[in-house]
Amino acid sequence: MDRRDFLKMSFAASGGLVVSFSLPPIEALAQSAGKPALVPNELDSWIAVLPDGRVNAFFGKMDMGQGLDVAVAQIVAEELDVGFDKVSVLMGDTASSCNQGGASGSTGTSNGARLLRKAAAEARRVLVERAADRLGAPAAELRVEDGTVVSPRGKTTYAELVGGRYFHHQVQWNQQTGNPMDISVPAKPKPPAEYKVVGKPLARRDVAWKLYGTGEYVTDVRVPGMVHARVIRPPRAACSVRGVDESSIKGIRGARVVREKDFVAVVAPREWDAVRAAQQLKIDWHYDAKAFPPMDALHEHIRAAKAVKREEPVKQGDVEAALKASGVRVIEAEYEWPFQSHASMGPACALADVKADRCTVWTGSQKPHYTRDGVAKLLDMPPEKVRAVWVPGPGSYGRNDAGDAALDAAFLSRAVAKPVRVQGMRADGTAWDPKAPAAVHRARAALDASGKVLAYDFLAKGFSRQHIATNESNPADSLLGQALGLTPKGNQIYGTPGESYGFENKRLAWETIAPLVVAGCSPLRTSHLRDPVGPDIHFASEQFIDELAHAAGEDPVAFRLRYLTNPRHAAVVKAAAEKARWSSLGKGKGIAFADRNGTAVAVVAEVEVDRASGRIWAKRFTVAHDCGLVINPLTLRQTIEGNVVQGLSRTLFEEVRFAPDAVASVDWASYPILEMPDAPEAIEIVLIDRPEVAPSGAGEPTIRVIPAAVANAFFSATGVRLRRAPLNPERVKAALAKA
Amino acid sequence: MATYRFTVDGKRVSVDAQPEMPLLYALRDDLGLRNPHFGCGLAQCGACTVHVNGEAMRSCVLPMSAVAGKTVTTIAGLGTPEKPHPLQAAYVAEGVPQCGYCINGWVMTAAAVLKKNPKASDAELRDALAGLKCRCGTHVAIMRAIKRAQSQLA
Repeated sequence: MDRRDFLKMSFAASGGLVVSFSLPPIEALAQSAGKPALVPNELDSWIAVLPDGRVNAFFGKMDMGQGLDVAVAQIVAEELDVGFDKVSVLMGDTASSCNQGGASGSTGTSNGARLLRKAAAEARRVLVERAADRLGAPAAELRVEDGTVVSPRGKTTYAELVGGRYFHHQVQWNQQTGNPMDISVPAKPKPPAEYKVVGKPLARRDVAWKLYGTGEYVTDVRVPGMVHARVIRPPRAACSVRGVDESSIKGIRGARVVREKDFVAVVAPREWDAVRAAQQLKIDWHYDAKAFPPMDALHEHIRAAKAVKREEPVKQGDVEAALKASGVRVIEAEYEWPFQSHASMGPACALADVKADRCTVWTGSQKPHYTRDGVAKLLDMPPEKVRAVWVPGPGSYGRNDAGDAALDAAFLSRAVAKPVRVQGMRADGTAWDPKAPAAVHRARAALDASGKVLAYDFLAKGFSRQHIATNESNPADSLLGQALGLTPKGNQIYGTPGESYGFENKRLAWETIAPLVVAGCSPLRTSHLRDPVGPDIHFASEQFIDELAHAAGEDPVAFRLRYLTNPRHAAVVKAAAEKARWSSLGKGKGIAFADRNGTAVAVVAEVEVDRASGRIWAKRFTVAHDCGLVINPLTLRQTIEGNVVQGLSRTLFEEVRFAPDAVASVDWASYPILEMPDAPEAIEIVLIDRPEVAPSGAGEPTIRVIPAAVANAFFSATGVRLRRAPLNPERVKAALAKA
Repeated sequence: MATYRFTVDGKRVSVDAQPEMPLLYALRDDLGLRNPHFGCGLAQCGACTVHVNGEAMRSCVLPMSAVAGKTVTTIAGLGTPEKPHPLQAAYVAEGVPQCGYCINGWVMTAAAVLKKNPKASDAELRDALAGLKCRCGTHVAIMRAIKRAQSQLA
């Protein structure tokens, strides 16, 4: 598909998010001279005005149901001076958007929309200049009202000026790809004081079709001539295939096996036949019986394992000396976190149509540009011959199983020379998704006789958060690649607490350890899950701050306020405490605070503990949230609520179970998550809007404070510390019995 | 293979299938419906929920042999944008779904619950909705929407 075709497509699809796959001709475009390449330094790569004056914004990041596209539409409408309803945001199609990194690190607004803001402001500037020429009036005398440029001598419209045609206007690109991609333009975006659309609680656009079953998920995409596939993931870790008995599926009409080294799949014309064939196919697997340590020795393994890499991002004063000084009281604690699964609502699905010289892949991956790159490498095609089209999938909170499915589909489509739709079964989404790493975090502090903290030492230690990469741009970082014998390159990286506690001597460090399986497929491979390593680190660090407050004999809110040095940090702690009426609450209250890349969040949890059953009910949460300028308070609140509940689920229930040779969490029974009876009754949210501060992220910051808030509330209720997650009934009962 | 005749969203249909094939595959593959969804295939999540003769059932485990002659309603048959079920209207008003892949189960289950017990208390609703999954964590919004729908039904 060339540039002109996808502009046609984007014009045709201006009504909503779902990109139409048929391409009706648009006459106006045929008259447009030359088609600019889809590169970041062309204004046409970002903004298009349609013949009727509606506007398309081409976005290289993704919304996964939190309303990011609405925020982008608000920003574009604001800068262009057109009505919000006239702006459509087209995202996730590599044929119509530049690689802004996909969904990544809560940077949708901070990095992604920043660029659209500049592009829209520049488009307005260019259009006003052209209007000035046409109207014979100085640009300074013109104003824009909903896409109409008005001067004392007459008026014209954006549609008349450029509707259905290209701008052919260059902007400056910083030559970066992914999250850091940026442009600079002569136009000056509006000052926040002039905002009319930004800041409004406008509703999401993807809600109605989800309720009426009238839209398309990636699982719903069908193309003529396609067949269905199921990939057969190994039953155990580090498996290899010794043999496949193809006669075992002989009775299933049209079913066939595709095998390459340790990769095995079945393909059939009917989906149910593919499912049956996958269940019936006899495979002789060879496996490593001792790939993993016993599950109950996991954290001992982490403690004892040699550090592959260590970093000390924060180092002030002399921590070791302060801890050894005479007369100090040393407080020390360790906190343990399990492996956790993305466990998306449905297992991943993808559809690929590989032709001799090109390929289209429909994917739920939150980074479709990287999917394109990975498929291109796999098929040995130039990336421009591969088009990846994102279609909403069954949830995405990081590197889940979606990227694997996309590469599987491309591989299988090439093998059978037909379009192939592949979907996982439940175990593929729970047992075989990349996991959030297990960890053991150690905190130490020295207090003087008055309770003042003299030294603070925090060490996060766990499996790398990027044993496999955060995207599928290299097939080696996929299950397919590993089954074909490639070894993931991965990165050694962890993290440290995000805070501004002004302790005189302070060291924040992390260490990573080697993956449990180096070669071959591992169901405990680790990568990014919503707020990568944030929930576990702050489960430790913010419980430890509470432990220090307790040791110092001080209220946990007052203690934090004594040491926080950033006024925005102190402000969220105060706001959460005030809104929750902290000082008048009885037992069962807990607070936690954290910063995440400039977004500050404090949360107060109120819990009830049933000592007999071991059940913790986190009845009420109060969140204070400061992410700078608020673009849309409605979608921001919904995003925060989702963070609270998903965070609570991970705190109370989630733990990947495994045996020495396999992962035992394969479905919702063996990987339980929070259900309605355990949902909070209320979530109160205080938004601190700071129009003078550029917006930072909101997709992830809140989830990192939930585990510690709940654990601190449990301590307040019972006087017992729970330093190992999840805080499930079994563990609660054991801890209370021991106390 | 056998031929199964039943009704889906008011239309009479006929599907040739193995008797053990779950209804979900007939709805999605043979009849081309976009809802319900495959979430687990184990009746553990609810994403595939439909009404069979008015009862909420998990179509991912319901064999075709049990469907013959029955009346099946999917979320698309529950209501339409022009004529929504009060729950659909309430979910839209509250902007409930995030990824939305689960929402089918919550709406179809709640619709069946409210039909029997329109004034169900919070506690009754929380219990009745146990067994459904929502990975995006929209539970609090779901409760708001159901209460909004209850006030419409009252």
